[in-house]
Amino acid sequence: MKTNDINNNITPSILSIENLSIGYGEDKLAVKDVTTRFKKNAITAIMGPSGCGKTTLLRAINRMHELYPNIVCKGKIKLFDDDIYEMSTIDLRKEVGMVFQRPNPFPTMSIYENVIAGYKLNGIKLKRSERDEIVETSLKNVTLWDEVKNSLHKKGNFLSGGQQQRLCIARTLAFKPKVILLDEPTSALDPIATSKIEDLLVDLKKDYTIIMVTHNMSQAARISDNAMFMYLGELIEYNSTKVMFTNPGDPRTEAYLTGKFG
Amino acid sequence: MNSDKILKYSLFSASLLIVLISAAMVFSLIKGSMLSFHEFGWKFLISSQWDPTQGREQYGAMSFIVGTLLTSVLALIIAVPMAFSTSLFVAEYFKNTPLASVVGTLVDLLAGIPSIIYGLWGFYILRPFIVTLGLSPQGFGIFTSALILAIMIVPYATSLSNSTIMMVPNDLKEAAYSLGATRLEVIWNVILPNARSGIAASYILALGRALGETLAVTMLIGNENVIPTSLFGTGNTMASVIANQFGEARGLQLSALIEIGLLLFVITTIINACGKFIIKKMA
Amino acid sequence: MINQLSILLKKEKASSNVIYFSMNERKIKNSFFRIGIILFSLVTISMVFMIVGTLLYKGYHQINWAFFTQVAPDTFTAMMAKSSGQSIPGGIVNGITGSVYLVLIASLIAIPLGVLIGVFLYENGKKRYAGIIRDIVDILQGVPSIVIGLIVYIWVVVPITKGYSVFAGSVALAIMMLPLIIRSTEESLKMVPETLKEAAIALGTPYYKVILKVLIPSSITGLTTGILLAVSRVLGETAPLMLTTLGNPAINWNVSKPVSAVPLLIWQFYNDPNMVDLIWSSTLFLMAFVLVLNLLSKWIAARQKR
Repeated sequence: MKTNDINNNITPSILSIENLSIGYGEDKLAVKDVTTRFKKNAITAIMGPSGCGKTTLLRAINRMHELYPNIVCKGKIKLFDDDIYEMSTIDLRKEVGMVFQRPNPFPTMSIYENVIAGYKLNGIKLKRSERDEIVETSLKNVTLWDEVKNSLHKKGNFLSGGQQQRLCIARTLAFKPKVILLDEPTSALDPIATSKIEDLLVDLKKDYTIIMVTHNMSQAARISDNAMFMYLGELIEYNSTKVMFTNPGDPRTEAYLTGKFG
Repeated sequence: MNSDKILKYSLFSASLLIVLISAAMVFSLIKGSMLSFHEFGWKFLISSQWDPTQGREQYGAMSFIVGTLLTSVLALIIAVPMAFSTSLFVAEYFKNTPLASVVGTLVDLLAGIPSIIYGLWGFYILRPFIVTLGLSPQGFGIFTSALILAIMIVPYATSLSNSTIMMVPNDLKEAAYSLGATRLEVIWNVILPNARSGIAASYILALGRALGETLAVTMLIGNENVIPTSLFGTGNTMASVIANQFGEARGLQLSALIEIGLLLFVITTIINACGKFIIKKMA
Repeated sequence: MINQLSILLKKEKASSNVIYFSMNERKIKNSFFRIGIILFSLVTISMVFMIVGTLLYKGYHQINWAFFTQVAPDTFTAMMAKSSGQSIPGGIVNGITGSVYLVLIASLIAIPLGVLIGVFLYENGKKRYAGIIRDIVDILQGVPSIVIGLIVYIWVVVPITKGYSVFAGSVALAIMMLPLIIRSTEESLKMVPETLKEAAIALGTPYYKVILKVLIPSSITGLTTGILLAVSRVLGETAPLMLTTLGNPAINWNVSKPVSAVPLLIWQFYNDPNMVDLIWSSTLFLMAFVLVLNLLSKWIAARQKR
């Protein structure tokens, strides 16, 4: 790690990763021995060229890799001070939510049902008034409420890509997680929808910790507080965004930021 | 955590269940044939004697094996031109037009018609027609059965052929056309060589279907326990003899019928396996 | 093969000593072939019309209210009606109820088991064991229906119900429905986008709920199509029923007693010279029902593609 690295200066830290290595099959390590921490109520961007391991790293945080038996994770990840491997995945995913690259609302459910899908799928019974309140709050938080309040019980296929993605964020927010993981959330959206979501994220960070993988450097520069640069599975540099972009410590970081490789 | 394990185990048990069911099926067939096998041994396969009279019962499957092979192979031969033409119609000449969907659906409907209806139609409509043509005194026999069987298996022969023909890459065909080839030449020199295995596999699977067909054949084959002597001669197939004689069969005769069932099972499984094997090799 | 084509075409320019295919000859061959293809296809299609047409023509006038509400007449009533020139009284309600009952119980057995195994194959797709299971399912699909009848006779009729019964018939039909349901379940599940599964998992849903509440509802059209096709297939089956449930002149709801079914009744009418007239209306009914189910499932599948 570089000298101006902030790893030891993250306070308050909410999520910490120790010596995380992730491999696909024999000897192909996608993430190599990463140790780092994430700051609470801040937006941290994870950047790097394709194949650097950023998405792999992100997906380890809510243990998505367990779906795919050929992926092996070694190392520790702690949420507050709890080892996430010692929690049930169900509890973990209530605290750590995920938004995907392509909007994926459930096509067989209405907008209303999509927002509280987390509760429904987990069999958590809520009173009608509680449900209504959660739906309204979550949709208001993503500034979708006015646009859909009269079509809550319709299925969401008339929504635009940007609206669908906001719906998915609302779905994640409904669970009131502590951390929200976003995997290139605006790469499938047009610039206007993108900017709406970026504003949303900035607004959300006061209540949530946001970790976002992005390949869009200007996006990272615009909205993130801290930025991580990964290359070939290693964490090369990690600093506050301002410092990273104006005074990168590692030549590789600089090369990436100046567009020498994508 | 727990629920995931329960899920894994239930799914696995379900899969075990189907293994058990199939094993039990084979086992029952073998067990039921034991009586007959002990009595007749391997001669059962080549003897064409079938005599249920008490005291001197003699059973042999040869007549039915011949009957089955004759009707099925003949049915395939008759079906091939129809199936082949329909395939080319739907997958090449009128590919992607509404006409092709209509024709395709109609052919698929043929597969949905229950076999007893085929048998009845064959009995009441086709048979008198054959009689008036003077081909056979009563209209029963190998030929009539094969004709009905052919109609029944056409949809099986076309469905896989259609997909294989449609999958032949356009650029190969265009290359041939750009050299000035006629449509027939493109079909013969480009499409067929590339779709060969798929088409062959579909015909093999159609044959497998014909081998096991019971009702329609039972109603048209004439129910004689002998090796058919001519194209229009009567006889029995393995499936039809079981259907015809099951009602009153007891003891040794029943065991003989079960042994024939086992034989039929083995033959259809082998033919179907050949077809599936060709398909796997294609992929 | 492109080489062969060029040689073929080059032959045109060859010297007149060599036999060659003139462009005209090739054009004629081409047209003839095309005509042949269209003709043969028409012949094939006409079979559908001929068969359906015959049934319609011969059967429709005997379909009336009694057809659906009365049981099949016995052979004496039929004989008397025939000899006095009247139309045969009675209907096929014992067959209809029998068929419905059989298919219902067969579905109760085959659908849960079939869907479970379909899910199993979807979950374990590439492993060797799953491949073996798939092969077994394929073999099962190819077993002739009469052999299945034989087997169920040995399994159920002899030891369990000690006689022909609804249960035996249902088991036979269930075995026939199973491969279709398994295959269509697996295929439909495979078509659900991976990202939906991940979204549900990211919400912390236990996996069995992901299957029940996300994967299956999203693939419900495929599943329904598979079930409809399986049902339409077994409704028309006669051979296995002949060996397991035989028939019953009355309506029967007792699972361990024999029951009739529409195809069985048709077979009965066929074998009895007095009842022959009843055949056409029953066959028309059977076929209409089966074809409607078939078309319905195709329509559902087509609608989903949109």
